[in-house]
Formats: sequence, C-alpha cells, structure tokens
Amino acid sequence: MGLLSKKSQQVLKDPLMSNNPIAFQVLGICSALAVTVKMDTAIVMTLAVIFVLAMSNTIISAMRNYIPGRVRIIVMLSVIASLVILTDQVLRAYAYDMSKQLSVFVGLIITNCIVLGRAEAFALQNTPGKAFWDGVGNALGYGIILIAVSFFREILGSGTLLGLQIIPQAFYNAGYENMGLMVLSPGAFIILGLIIWVQRLITKVEEEA
Amino acid sequence: MLEHYLSLAVKAIFVENILLAYFLGMCSFLAISKKVETSIGLGLAVVFVLSITAPVNWLLHTYLLKEGALSWAGLPDLDLSYLNFIVFIATIAAMVQLVEMIMDRFAPALYLSLGIFLPLIAVNCAILGGSLFLVERNYNLAESVVFGFGSGIGFFLAITTMAAIRHRLRYSNVPPALRGLGITMLLTGLLSMTFMAFSGIDL
Repeated sequence: MGLLSKKSQQVLKDPLMSNNPIAFQVLGICSALAVTVKMDTAIVMTLAVIFVLAMSNTIISAMRNYIPGRVRIIVMLSVIASLVILTDQVLRAYAYDMSKQLSVFVGLIITNCIVLGRAEAFALQNTPGKAFWDGVGNALGYGIILIAVSFFREILGSGTLLGLQIIPQAFYNAGYENMGLMVLSPGAFIILGLIIWVQRLITKVEEEA
Repeated sequence: MLEHYLSLAVKAIFVENILLAYFLGMCSFLAISKKVETSIGLGLAVVFVLSITAPVNWLLHTYLLKEGALSWAGLPDLDLSYLNFIVFIATIAAMVQLVEMIMDRFAPALYLSLGIFLPLIAVNCAILGGSLFLVERNYNLAESVVFGFGSGIGFFLAITTMAAIRHRLRYSNVPPALRGLGITMLLTGLLSMTFMAFSGIDL
C-alpha cells in the first residue's frame, strides 16, 4: 500500500466495512441479489461493477468543472450508460455464456444506485485520483457482500462452490439434501438480512426501527 | 386470447413479482416503505411510469434499434441494439420528468411528500429492468403493455404490504442490531416466500 497516500487508503478502506455501500448506505441492493445464486456470476458482476464505478467516478470527476448543475444527472447517466454498454459488449464477445446468465443485470448496473450515488456524493467534489479510489473501494465493498451472499447460497443450495462439489457424496448418501429455498429468491433476502445483522453487531451501528 | 393476457398479468403481478422474485427496485422499496401513505404514492408513480415506458421502449426497440429494424428507412443491415441501454434510460428519464410535472400541477401534496424519491424513479431498477425484460423475452406490443402494467401493480402491492408490516413493527421488540435494514430484509424474504405460493397458477 506504499503507493497510496494516507487519504487514498482511507477512501479505499472505509467502504469495505464501516461504511459499506450495501449494508450501511443501503445502496445498490437492486442488482446485488439476482446474480448471487452461483459464485462465479457474483464474481463477474463484481468485476463489472469495479470497472464501471471506478471509470465513471474518474471521468465525472475530471469533467466536474464543466458540467452545468442543472443537467448533471443526465450527463452522469450518459457517462455511466456508455461504460455499461462497453462492459456488456466485452462480456458478449469474450464470455458469451456468462453474459447470457447475467441476462439483464449487466444493463441494470446503469440504475445501480451506488454508481450514481458515488458520482453525485463524491466525484463531483473531488479530484479524479481520489474519485478513482473511492470508486474502487465502494465497488469492492459491494462485491464483498455479493460474494458472501453467493457463497452461502451456492454451498447451501447446490452443495458446490464455483461449480466444484464441496459437500461430499457420503453426506447425500446419508440423507443430506440441498436446501431448495437458497436457490430461490427468499434465500437471498434472508442471507442478506443475516449478514447485515452480523455486520451491525460488529460495527455497532444501530438505527431506529 | 384474453386468457393469455390475463395469465401474463397474473404472472407479472404475483408469480414473477418484479421486486420479490427479481430483486428490482429494492433501493426505493427499502427507503420508502417506512410510511404507508408515501409508499402508496410511490407505488402509483411506478405503475404509471412503468405502463408508459414499457410500450414506448418496445416501439423504440422494434422500429429503431433491433437488427434490421431500420429496413423501412432503407438500412436493412443496421443493428443498433447495443444502443438499447442508453436509449431506454433517456426515455425513462424524460417520462419521469413528465410525471413529475403532472403531479406538481394536479397533486401537489403527494408531490411534496414524495420529495427526492420521485426523480429517483429514473434510476429505479424496476423501470429499466421492465424494459430490458421486454426485449429479452420478445414480447409483442400488447404483451408489453400488460407486462409493464402488471409489474407496476406487483411493485405497488409489495411496497404497500411491506409498509403496513413495518408500521406494526414499531410496537415489537427487535434486537438493536437487527433494527431497520436487517429486519426489513428478513421480512422481505418471508414476503417473497408467501408470493411463491402463487407459482403454479396457470390460467
């Protein structure tokens, strides 16, 4: 980490735990859950979001003095949409099966509240360098939750991790069964609820009911 | 013929609820579902915007962007479908602006109570997701109207139910760290499970 100044480290590390975009700021849950049935889709999604968020933050921050306040939303959306189109085309060209599995959810990165939220809250006030690290940090914070949820869903729901059998066959012979619920959507909500619970026990953040 | 559309609507509202089965629109769902009145307002706004944007985006996709769509203009080989995302989001942003102006004029109280969240509909995943599903599932115009409207109603139903549950939740003793977001996610899980009971219904 010698490459980074103290400030950049802070900007990068904060969103991972104490100020996590999903668990604390309640942003970006929309697209977070649908891709978490299997871990490989969650990892690809994380990479896509890291790319889009870091680039959009940098670009918007570089243009911040030239964007008129009144039309900033549409300018930001077009920057983000162009980056997402780029990501989608690359996925289609080099990982077609993966892009079929992610279906509409790559496109939905455009409306992922984290991307627009960071652009509005951070990139418009900060230099491109800092905005880049803020983007990477927030995308990683998002990715950690995504991968954690998919870890539990895949291991409980299919008994595999990244497609490899984890639960030994002997267990199945002894009567163990995969939890069908985890593959369905309620599983994602419940796992995420539990993760948020644990995360808040650690960070000691409480909110009014 | 009518049964087909009815079945599509039932599917969009209950079985494949856009929020509880596809996780779309969670951000505004979590933020707004604290109060019943505001969630009814947001729900109605979503129904309205979704029923307009779905057919409009269908028309744009079919007559401008799809592969060979521009053959009426003498350009049969052109495939602009990679512009889908940016065109859809622009249409949605324009429609939201329109709804905002109409609401400001005719329902100022609702407009004030929705506050910041109305512009946020533009980045509501449910709206863009609806349009992207149309393209992926090759719906025709009538189907896309039904699908857009049905998805909106599904969102409305989910958000008002959740608001009512959260209203009651104020009187219960939830563990401190679970309050707010945590318990809401768990409840959404249960709600989503109850909606799954509708799967298998086929008209």
